[in-house]
Amino acid sequence: MIDIIDTYWLYFLVGQYPDGPLGGLVLTLLLGFTAVVLALPLGVLLGLARVSVRRWLRWPVTALVYVVRGTPLLMVVFWAYFFLPSVTGHKTNQFTTMLAALVFFNGAYLAEIVRAGIQGIAKGQMECARSLGLNYTQAMRYIILPQAARNMLPSLVNQFVTTIKETSLGYIIGLAELSFVASQINTQLLTRPVAVFGTLALAYFILCLGLSRIAYYLEVRRSRVAT
Amino acid sequence: MIEFRKVNKYYGSYHALIDVDENIARGEVVVVCGPSGSGKSTLIRTINRLESIDSGAILLDGQDIHRPGIDLDRFRSGIGFLFQQFNLFPHLNVIENCTLAPVHLRGLTPAQARDEALVLLERVGLADKANAYPAQLSGGQQQRVAIARALAMQPPLMLFDEPTSALDPEMVGEVLLVIRDLAHKGMTLVCVTHEMGFAREVADRILFMDQGAILERATPDDFFNRPQHPRAQQFLADIRSPFS
Repeated sequence: MIDIIDTYWLYFLVGQYPDGPLGGLVLTLLLGFTAVVLALPLGVLLGLARVSVRRWLRWPVTALVYVVRGTPLLMVVFWAYFFLPSVTGHKTNQFTTMLAALVFFNGAYLAEIVRAGIQGIAKGQMECARSLGLNYTQAMRYIILPQAARNMLPSLVNQFVTTIKETSLGYIIGLAELSFVASQINTQLLTRPVAVFGTLALAYFILCLGLSRIAYYLEVRRSRVAT
Repeated sequence: MIEFRKVNKYYGSYHALIDVDENIARGEVVVVCGPSGSGKSTLIRTINRLESIDSGAILLDGQDIHRPGIDLDRFRSGIGFLFQQFNLFPHLNVIENCTLAPVHLRGLTPAQARDEALVLLERVGLADKANAYPAQLSGGQQQRVAIARALAMQPPLMLFDEPTSALDPEMVGEVLLVIRDLAHKGMTLVCVTHEMGFAREVADRILFMDQGAILERATPDDFFNRPQHPRAQQFLADIRSPFS
């Protein structure tokens, strides 16, 4: 396995770059983090809609969340790949296609985390904020969401780790991310699948473990500040 | 200042407030007492519309606060409301708890709000706790911070919903003394409480409620010494400790 890492580390890291398109681990990271950064605000908006008193807002978003939760990500990727270009009239590249699928899919999941986070805050907090004269938006922004965010942190990180792993489905539409690169190396070598895919597994594991540890550290630090 | 006109409130089929008519004058200190489930908390929560009403009207300085379309937030900012569970914002420290609303609603600069808040914290005896977080304070201290936070909006009216019921016995006194101080400074107060000693000393008037209706309105002297309604007589007999 060491010899494979030794020979192919650069290919694992950046794909064919700079001779070809960027790929490998860097593309996986880029895709994962961009997806998270875009999905989070979407998730907050959808989550707020899920707890809204306005039915015209709550009902469609609730329906959307249920549909997405009952759908495999792979299907959303297919939709994005075949359906998006026919709607927009532009042929989107694989990165954008995968990004759109991930943001849409994770936005719906994050919405549920945000909803649960908001509903987990004691009712008295909202009542108290409103009785001081703050309006609903101010109460949400300054009182409810900051507290909810702290409670949501473990679930959010969990979702982010999931997102990193979900980028591997980019393989299906030919996106040269980490799994795709591993598969190509395996095709070249033919006889070393255990070592190649072992390296792949190790790369994902280290990436996700690192993320979990950072989150744990943040959690500990925040709880120290609070008490 | 506050006028109830034939107010009725239902929780499903349960009739929580029955034809409540009442007038509370500016500067008056009114204590609402009665057994659990008598509608005391519901009554006080309708005054700033934490609870809706099903019929009747509640006027605050002549304006119907349950009318749809009024600027509810502006009304509420003029009414200090104290909860049994304090409801301090746990992610903010004491001074931030006291300055959030003034900065966003009264347009103060953070520095002005801070100066005002420190004066108020001094008044409730907690100036040294300005940078503490709620979790670091005792229940009595938390409730006093909650009073300072409410005062920071300079409300002409304060409502207390059982402010000492969640406190350990040794902390009840410190909170009641702060409330008495407010009463003596001429603020209009409505307080739901089981602290009969406090009611006797501080109240201008006592309202006795049972099963959603105000059964007796009296001065503390009349209420405790010459209760008229049989239910009030029963209540006063029941709350007397069997051990004293």
